[in-house]
Amino acid sequence: MNQYNLSQLKQLEAESIHILRDAMSQFDNPIMLYSIGKDSSVMVRLAQKAFYPGKVPFKLLHINSTWKFREMLEFRDAFCSEQNLDLLVHYNKEGFEAGVNPFDYGSRKYTDIMKTQALLQALSDGKYDCAFGGARRDEEKSRAKERIYSFRDKHHQWDPKNQRPELWGLYNGKINPGESVRCFPISNWTELDVWQYIRLEGIPIVPLYYAKERPVVERDGQWIMVDDERMRLKEGETPQSRMVRFRTLGCYPLTGAVESNADTIEKIVAEMMEARDSERSTRVIDHDGDSSMEQKKREGYF
Amino acid sequence: MNIDTFLNQHENKDLLRFLTSGSVDDGKSTLIGRLLYDSKLIYEDQLAKLKEESKKSSNKDEEEIDYSLLLDGLKAEREQGITIDVAYRYFSTPNRKFIIADTPGHEQYTRNMATGASTADLAIILIDARKGVITQTKRHAFINSLLGIKHVIVAVNKMDLADYSEQVFLDIMNDFNEFSQQLDLQNKYYIPLSALKGDNVVDRSDKTDWYKGPTLLEMLETVNVTGTRNFKDFRFPVQWVNRPNLDFRGFSGTIVSGVVKQGDTVIALPSRKESRVQRIVTADGDMEEAFAPQAVTLVLEDEIDISSGEMIVHASNVPTVSNSFEGYVVWMDDKELKKSDTFLIRHAGKTTKARIDALKYHLDVNTLQKGRTMGLRLNEIGNVSITTTQPLFFDPYTKNRETGSFVLIDPITNNTAAAGMIVDALFDDYAPGDDDNEETRITDHVEKREFLWDNGLVTQSDRAKRNHHRGKAVLLTGAVGTGKRDIAKMLEKRMFDSNLQAYYLGVSNVQSGLDCDIPLGFTTKDEHVRRLGELSRIITDSGQIFITIYDGADDYDIEKLKSLSSPNELFVVIVGESLFKDFEADLHLYDQSLENAVEEIMKILSENNIIPEYCI
Repeated sequence: MNQYNLSQLKQLEAESIHILRDAMSQFDNPIMLYSIGKDSSVMVRLAQKAFYPGKVPFKLLHINSTWKFREMLEFRDAFCSEQNLDLLVHYNKEGFEAGVNPFDYGSRKYTDIMKTQALLQALSDGKYDCAFGGARRDEEKSRAKERIYSFRDKHHQWDPKNQRPELWGLYNGKINPGESVRCFPISNWTELDVWQYIRLEGIPIVPLYYAKERPVVERDGQWIMVDDERMRLKEGETPQSRMVRFRTLGCYPLTGAVESNADTIEKIVAEMMEARDSERSTRVIDHDGDSSMEQKKREGYF
Repeated sequence: MNIDTFLNQHENKDLLRFLTSGSVDDGKSTLIGRLLYDSKLIYEDQLAKLKEESKKSSNKDEEEIDYSLLLDGLKAEREQGITIDVAYRYFSTPNRKFIIADTPGHEQYTRNMATGASTADLAIILIDARKGVITQTKRHAFINSLLGIKHVIVAVNKMDLADYSEQVFLDIMNDFNEFSQQLDLQNKYYIPLSALKGDNVVDRSDKTDWYKGPTLLEMLETVNVTGTRNFKDFRFPVQWVNRPNLDFRGFSGTIVSGVVKQGDTVIALPSRKESRVQRIVTADGDMEEAFAPQAVTLVLEDEIDISSGEMIVHASNVPTVSNSFEGYVVWMDDKELKKSDTFLIRHAGKTTKARIDALKYHLDVNTLQKGRTMGLRLNEIGNVSITTTQPLFFDPYTKNRETGSFVLIDPITNNTAAAGMIVDALFDDYAPGDDDNEETRITDHVEKREFLWDNGLVTQSDRAKRNHHRGKAVLLTGAVGTGKRDIAKMLEKRMFDSNLQAYYLGVSNVQSGLDCDIPLGFTTKDEHVRRLGELSRIITDSGQIFITIYDGADDYDIEKLKSLSSPNELFVVIVGESLFKDFEADLHLYDQSLENAVEEIMKILSENNIIPEYCI
């Protein structure tokens, strides 16, 4: 065996750092999209490593749909101040004032207004030419073909028919004014890699990932957490306390919890290995139709 | 096993990136689906969805799960029933993690295969057992070879429909092996399987007792790929100058090949300023030694100015620094590539301008024949000469994938228009002028050479008088394995016995001698032809009859050889099937006996007044 073997996780780390630095050398005004989730946490750690001993040379942008879990927001503020990161928060003011919520508007319309539109507003306002995102190719079918540098036109739209070929480690960052690139440094990581990296590096994550007694109601086969008083209960629904945790985090009325006793990473992974449902099955918006994610991506959502 | 051990094991696995290539109906997606399914990576909800969708798509048997539906991501593709873009899949076993580039086999998507191959260490080429080696198989093998894939698994699929016949498998194996001799595929492995039934994919089949080799998964788990990586030539393209405060100044980048140690003497390109490596910095602490593909930050002993896009290398091992080079391009744009077109070129973390000085030929990916062309269309592959405004720091692609590869970007649309592989810098004498094409370049070269030719006191006609014949080159060509070597050797002996001055030059003599500085392979063929042509000029000048062999010559090669041999003549003999399109050989031999073949050559040489009639 060759003495110069690099473990797969170290290879992934090196590749991600390469991508982050490459984008920094090609773009003038990058931003990192920060969703507070575990993938974002990993991406932030990689950015810290890429520019060490310097500071992360770009800001983090959080799109607040105004329906996030409270624990997420608490975590976000504590994490960013501890890690000395520049955080920008944006929400869709018009939508908020109009009272757009997932109950009256349905998950599709709500997501479009409070997430997609909010994101596009923030990106246009900041005139960012590159936005780092924590999407992974193993998450969902339409993502398996996503580029590492994903080109977006002036309207932030993604055209699956017209993607730039991507070869070797040579990324094409050429754009005209107003256009942008979404850059995905952890494209090649799997869910398991992310968990192992969090464990190895001791990366802080939102406590919602760990099992705890939480107030939930059962809705369409999923456990939905009653995170605050805005949650509208349907007839016959009474919140009950259950040991649950979240595999992905989003807006609390749209994110299903799974019943679990896993309160450590090791237990989470053990559970995951036995789990026979993929990660995104707890996302309500993925079930809007067979090609729903692809449709949302075309419109500018991640 | 407890979960701690499991996680540590997962972390320390090594990584294999591979691609799968096959034609539309070779069962490629089914194979990947089978690998994922048998290694338990398809989740229940995905499986449920899959069963539902399998029923929807009418052309499938209700009972059988259509694994391909799991893989074909985009809407349009699902409707057409073919994969049209590269998709990446992930799975792992206790020993390894795998990244699969699932690339389409459809005719018009050469670009996707090249994309998938560019980051892969290994390729699986699928062959339908009922169809054998077909045109598409050849194309896939060629593209893998051109993109520098060192390991190829030839998976003979659908063995269930060929009665699991050993003979079918062996025939395909021989066909592929023979055809691929001319390619640069170094390690080839063959395996009979049925993706649909699961034979020899993950589990050993009881229907192929005659096959003693490993299953596909075993093979993927054990093949050693790090052994074929470049740890010799240290190349460090600087991506980012890290200057957080006055006390720290480091150069961040990825070691794309080779190894670097603290204290190593290095130079920066293009300035060639020298210094030594003081520290190798990472967020996890300093290292004494770092190697490809690690991403690090180098601190040098001296304050030298280096910016993003420049390169740090060992002072004792420097890549070519040049503004012009020759390379192969895979054309990926709808707009045709023409000579004199200008582009942006991205190479080793640097972007500059590039101009196509010459479009030497295009390569037919099905037959590997070179042909003159005025333009390259989508999915065509061609050989070009390129000049850049700033110098690039490069190595031949066959030696170094990372510093030998580039992409061309259309300056108007910003599209990635081509993927390129550098063959080598252009020879000075061969450097392109403004309006030259390859033909006039060779003619110019020959004219200049002849003008400078230094003759001795013995003239050609003096030699011809004494020898009773002129100097002449006799080239035997045609497909591989047609007995050319035996004919050539016998011809030399026959001539020698008739008092003619003949000399047979074996191919391996050139390869292991004159050619030993260029790696043997498809991409260096042009340079081999050039040297052979010059040799032919020299040996025939000495009055000898120069007999040699060149496998699989096409029109382009012959024209080049003839030009380079001039003013002396080249006599061309084809043995077996002709590979020429327009060119007519001087003699075409089919299945003659050895003796008859030699006599025929002698006869026609005599008819052409090259050798005296009495020799016959």
